[in-house]
Amino acid sequence: MKKATIALGPYHPLQEEPEFFTLTVDGEQVVDIDLKMGYNHRGIEKLSESRTFDQGVYLVERICGICSTSHPYAYTRAVEDIIPVEVPERAKYIRTIIAEGERIHSHLLWLGLAGHFLGYDTVYMWVWKLREEILDVMEILSGNRNNYGMFRPGGVRRDIRAEDIPVVLAKLESILPTVNMLKAAVLDDPVLHARLKGVGVLTREAAIDFGALGPTSRASGVDHDLRRDCPYGAYDRVDWKVITRENGDVFDKLVVRVLELFESATIMKTCLENLPAGEIDAGLTTIPAGEGIGHIEAPRGETFHYVRSDGTNRPVRHKVRAPTFMNLPTFRATVRGAYVADTTIILAAIDPCYCCTERMAVRDPSGRRLMGGPDLVRLSRAKTERLRKEMGLP
Amino acid sequence: MTRDQVLQELTGRFSEAILALWDVSPKRVYVDIDPAALVGVSTLLFRELGARFCTASGVDTRSAVEILYHYILEPINLMVSVRVSLDRKAPLVDSLTGLFAAADFIEREIHELLGVNFRGHETPRRLLLPEQWPDDVQPLRRDYAEWDPNAVRDRGVR
Repeated sequence: MKKATIALGPYHPLQEEPEFFTLTVDGEQVVDIDLKMGYNHRGIEKLSESRTFDQGVYLVERICGICSTSHPYAYTRAVEDIIPVEVPERAKYIRTIIAEGERIHSHLLWLGLAGHFLGYDTVYMWVWKLREEILDVMEILSGNRNNYGMFRPGGVRRDIRAEDIPVVLAKLESILPTVNMLKAAVLDDPVLHARLKGVGVLTREAAIDFGALGPTSRASGVDHDLRRDCPYGAYDRVDWKVITRENGDVFDKLVVRVLELFESATIMKTCLENLPAGEIDAGLTTIPAGEGIGHIEAPRGETFHYVRSDGTNRPVRHKVRAPTFMNLPTFRATVRGAYVADTTIILAAIDPCYCCTERMAVRDPSGRRLMGGPDLVRLSRAKTERLRKEMGLP
Repeated sequence: MTRDQVLQELTGRFSEAILALWDVSPKRVYVDIDPAALVGVSTLLFRELGARFCTASGVDTRSAVEILYHYILEPINLMVSVRVSLDRKAPLVDSLTGLFAAADFIEREIHELLGVNFRGHETPRRLLLPEQWPDDVQPLRRDYAEWDPNAVRDRGVR
């Protein structure tokens, strides 16, 4: 049979990882995948060398529009690691609250889009409505729905007001019943089981080999989470647990993310209830020469920053490594052998930029366009529909 | 395995290759090694001690091109950063892609941004820079200068 090439991409500049996939398919099965990136390479590392340590926080906050706190968090920790300095207790709690709020809205965003790709638009609508509540919470706490501008080396910029805490707690409490209902609906749905179990499997060995991070690796049985293993912020003051699953398929990645929502809500609530009094900033003035590493568990996995200082007010080298940089190459292990109808959800399962999947096109070897992005989403949704009919479900 | 055992294993096995060891804090250790021992040290850390490869970061220090390979031992919360210093004129070091797939992307990135060649990398293609970017211009080198007369990216910064 003649092999055809499918182009997926190139990019949509919403996230920091625009990408272009070339799938080689044999009939309906993917035999190979190649990946191109760099369409939105902005030279942030080079730019950061011309920004002071305080300005750098604003710069890195704009690397990602969804997990906008993970980069400032990792960067400030890297700068603090150079000195080294301990952040005041209250600032640690505030940082943890902001980071967990971000994890909740990021996971909800993923869950909604996953539902949309699979033809579950009800899930999509419900979840995004819930996400609005969390964005409201973030606005109450920081003044912004996204790009919170809360971090600075040595502490946080803004305090959380005591009168806001009951409002935020009530809002958090109000979304949990709906998340619970969604959890039950997702975990008990026979169509989702049929559609996602055994699809896009990332084995434990492959996860370690690729250095996969976050929910992508935790769903493959790699029991690691920086929040527990390398405690920072207030994570070691709170009782919570790391969620892992064994199978490494898309279903387990979904389960890990859904269950993490509850852990994040618990962490956020406990921190808000036990917010200690005191300073919120250590008042750093000069950063000595040296090098520091800051890494935190972002919604998608470990965000890693390396900063080298020569004693001036700006870094001489600033390396940024986002989690998707490590998670993207796992497609080489998960997509090969899969069906074309499953590629949209497998590629979405690591939580990268979804928008690229909307720009997919299927071409035959002569370059003639056979299918576009909307066709592939339709294909994915049709498969769910077919399974539902075969099972005799409404 | 404790922190002390890890450091003993490292210094005991590679006593000649280790040029300096900076024990900066309970969570951070920097090890300067002879580039020839990179694969050996990485094998020890990744295969035997079960460390995770976080990433590598290259830097042009004007006298040399340095690459730091960051390994984290999560069970004991220790980051071991292995540093190799390479000749600035023709930086060359062994590729780690034979050891773990995680090295593929970052080596391609360091190759194009700093001009380091990785011996044994199977697909040293472009990762981030556009196709028309000249091969001999590396944007993260200290002597980088604008090469494209029509470029708008450095407008007003001359």
